[in-house]
Amino acid sequence: MALKLADYKTDVHNDWCPGCGDFGIVNALQMALAEMGIERDKATIFSGIGCSGKTSHFINTYGVHTLHGRVLTFAQGGKLANPDMTVVAVGGDGDGLGIGAGHFVAAGRRNIDMTYIIFDNGVYGLTKGQASPTLKLGEQTKSLPSPNTNSNVNPIGLAVASGFTFVARGYSYDVRHLKDLIIKAVKHKGLSFLDVLQPCPTYNDVNTRDWYAGVDQAKESMERHSRIYKLEDTKFDPTVNYAGEVEVNEKLSQALVKSLEWGDKIPTGVFYQNELVSPFSTRLTDKIPNYLENPPAKQIISNSGLPNTDISKILDSLNV
Amino acid sequence: MSTDFTWLIGGPQGSGVESGANIFSKVCAQMGYQIFGKREFYSNIKGEHSYFTVRISDEKIHSNVNDVNLMVSFDAETIFRHFDEISSNGGIIYDSELENTDTDRVRTLDGPFKERLHTLLESKNKPFTIAGVLEVAKEKGVKLYPVSFKTLLETLSEEVDNPRLRGLVRMYNVIGVSLSLGLIQMPSDSLVNSIDDIFSKKPKIAEINQQAASFSYNYASKNFENFNHSLTGTQKQSDTILVQGHFGCSLGKMVCGCRFQSYYPITPASDESVYLESNEILEIENDRPGSTIVVQTEDEISAIGMMIGSALTGTRSSTSTSGPGFALMTEALGWAGINEVAVVITLYQRSGPSTGLPTRHGQDDLLFTVFAGCGDFPKIVYASGDIEESFYDTGNCFNYADKYQIPVIHMMDKFLSSSVVTCKKFNPKKISIDRGKLLDKVEGEYKRFALTDDGISPRSKLGMDNGVFWNTGDESDEYGHITEDPQVRIKMMDKRMSRLDLALETIPVDEQAIPFEVHDYTIISWGSTKGPILDAQAMLKKEGIDIGFVQIKLLNPFPTEYVKSLIKDAKVLIDIEANHSGQLGKIFKQNITRDIDYHILKYTGRGITSTELYDSLKKIVENKASKREVLSHGA
Repeated sequence: MALKLADYKTDVHNDWCPGCGDFGIVNALQMALAEMGIERDKATIFSGIGCSGKTSHFINTYGVHTLHGRVLTFAQGGKLANPDMTVVAVGGDGDGLGIGAGHFVAAGRRNIDMTYIIFDNGVYGLTKGQASPTLKLGEQTKSLPSPNTNSNVNPIGLAVASGFTFVARGYSYDVRHLKDLIIKAVKHKGLSFLDVLQPCPTYNDVNTRDWYAGVDQAKESMERHSRIYKLEDTKFDPTVNYAGEVEVNEKLSQALVKSLEWGDKIPTGVFYQNELVSPFSTRLTDKIPNYLENPPAKQIISNSGLPNTDISKILDSLNV
Repeated sequence: MSTDFTWLIGGPQGSGVESGANIFSKVCAQMGYQIFGKREFYSNIKGEHSYFTVRISDEKIHSNVNDVNLMVSFDAETIFRHFDEISSNGGIIYDSELENTDTDRVRTLDGPFKERLHTLLESKNKPFTIAGVLEVAKEKGVKLYPVSFKTLLETLSEEVDNPRLRGLVRMYNVIGVSLSLGLIQMPSDSLVNSIDDIFSKKPKIAEINQQAASFSYNYASKNFENFNHSLTGTQKQSDTILVQGHFGCSLGKMVCGCRFQSYYPITPASDESVYLESNEILEIENDRPGSTIVVQTEDEISAIGMMIGSALTGTRSSTSTSGPGFALMTEALGWAGINEVAVVITLYQRSGPSTGLPTRHGQDDLLFTVFAGCGDFPKIVYASGDIEESFYDTGNCFNYADKYQIPVIHMMDKFLSSSVVTCKKFNPKKISIDRGKLLDKVEGEYKRFALTDDGISPRSKLGMDNGVFWNTGDESDEYGHITEDPQVRIKMMDKRMSRLDLALETIPVDEQAIPFEVHDYTIISWGSTKGPILDAQAMLKKEGIDIGFVQIKLLNPFPTEYVKSLIKDAKVLIDIEANHSGQLGKIFKQNITRDIDYHILKYTGRGITSTELYDSLKKIVENKASKREVLSHGA
């Protein structure tokens, strides 16, 4: 029986603020799962801590709501032990780029086949609006006593530099586009990253929905004035097609340059994709040939309550 | 007269002290002897002093003793640091080129040590040189066996017509070992084989080492005389293996089905993970090969996170660390607690606090481990007393984790991890595998945290058909969704904490604590002190002094009633631990409300020897001891 969108929703009460950008992301994720027809029990949503951390409770698949900053560690462990599962990790920008930044970088180096989505709103919402790692220097959101004294992390740039092999940005109020990006990210062979711009209606009064829509730029004009635009509508080609160093460097550099664009024009879409980098599972099968057929979660370890592992060769080598 | 002989080899870190000791241990083990070897080293890659003592006996031994019977040294520092430990009937083989070296020439001799050494030499009116300290040893009765390692190599190089051998100082370790074996008249057949084994991947190196070994062995046989010890071999015990400290847990993990291990490098825990990765493909009876996925993570937080993620898929999963790493893991440990995740953390303690003495021994982390993590949640803390035990205990720890759906911390330490011992061959068939309420399939509505009579819910796993569940570090309902309801909170807290009682009721008592006799004077202790305690107990017994000993293995939940019943006839309780504050004593008092009469403690970072325990215990029995005996033997 084909799964419907409704099958991916739980009846857990959603307590996000009215108008929160998170709704668009959870909807897009549910739509993507439904469109791909991934069985509910073959996917796990891992989440971090904060408003976005509750996401896993709203989606009717396996859901693991982990610790602040640590979502990637749990998710990678789960995926390595059971590589047949579809794994999506989600969390806030403070979670992934502040307390969890070390794991973010390390995950890039491994390139495990899974997806990481950051709900990027520039503030720590659940603790009442402190500045988060993506808030720009000098900006002062509603509850900050003084303008932000830190420069911001560039999530796209950091992902590209860390080795993520699919790097994209979505906007939470463009749910269909976001859904398409999630599908691309999940289907990507390797570690994919999605930075999702997500206005916090309660605490971020700088990067608001109206600001992204360019209402301030519109003035009297009736022309399209949204700050957000799609890379696919331009000539930007994010994909590495052959493993040559020249092309890889070119695609990496253009992604990095593009990631710096902010202000009047904000790019969304795919910044970089390279499926020629070996996913971690290939690095494992190079040394453990049957890893994917017989991964840890599938291995039979006992026979009638007794171990079936034969270590007699090792023990014999220790004989005196 | 039975054999009880201790040999010491020392040298700068990186000079092959360890491989030398491995060759020596292997030869002695092949000649039928029981071995207890222990490595001491600085937190350093090259140059600082490291040494290895190997105690050899024809009876089962569990510890080191203070006296060294034979020391071999190819550097000055070893002589300066250890000449005083050589027994009056012992000997020193040393490089005669070093005789005029004075203490100032040895840059790695630290100030406080040099000061103590100078005071001693001054009092005996000796120069601050190797010749000076050797005179002190000689006056005590120690026999000196000088040999120029340089000349030895030169002669050998001419004899076998291989000029490359000249000046090959890397072979000083093999020369030292072979001189020692020649001196004690250990038959040389197994020497060549052992060198073959150690250098099996480098046949050319094996060959020149064999040449050097035979030559040095013969040199010692011909030229060294009048040594008081000869070890010509003894009856070989059947089913004996020679193992390093981390083999117990590593092999235990392979056998009991641990298929995922994440870790971050830390002394003295990493050897276990590296060994697991070296043996990552596993032979499975009547089936295709299995494997252990070993992941080196970016930090210990990631190590525990990955382990938990893997465990949620139903995979037996583990991580291995030491105190500082475990400190980083405590937040996630609580997550495993509230989410009832079956995981095993193998904790190889070292001396803290903070970085402390990073390559030295300590049992400093008992209280920290028992109380680790914020909030109230259940955990099992279990300690092994020796390497052989640790193999079987690893199997038990994974069963506890699965049966009670609870994190288990298996405590080991540096004393165990850097030991090399002979023991009875591990028997994998003595390990059973009990996954508790782990489900094979799910039918109907599933609630991961369903309230049940015994407090344990049937467990699904990520990716299982129809088994969808949720986890959260928040308090949750039976499905695993967040709740802040006060009544659900009571039920869930009670459910989780109840498994501590369940564990005490259902873990067999002989896995909780082990009585090695109980007498008026009875020792309580935990972990690696077991070895020196058993040996000291036997030494005193020979003199007609009976001392009891209760080894406590289950440290949380504390087996109060069982331990109470064991010690009810003991009049004087002695707590022995390698830490400053007598941490087991505190837990004991908290649970049993009985005072400890004496503490014997050591916190120099060096392992407890049976000699110093014997001395302290004797003082206690003779009523000459202080309430707190502090031990300090060892360089």
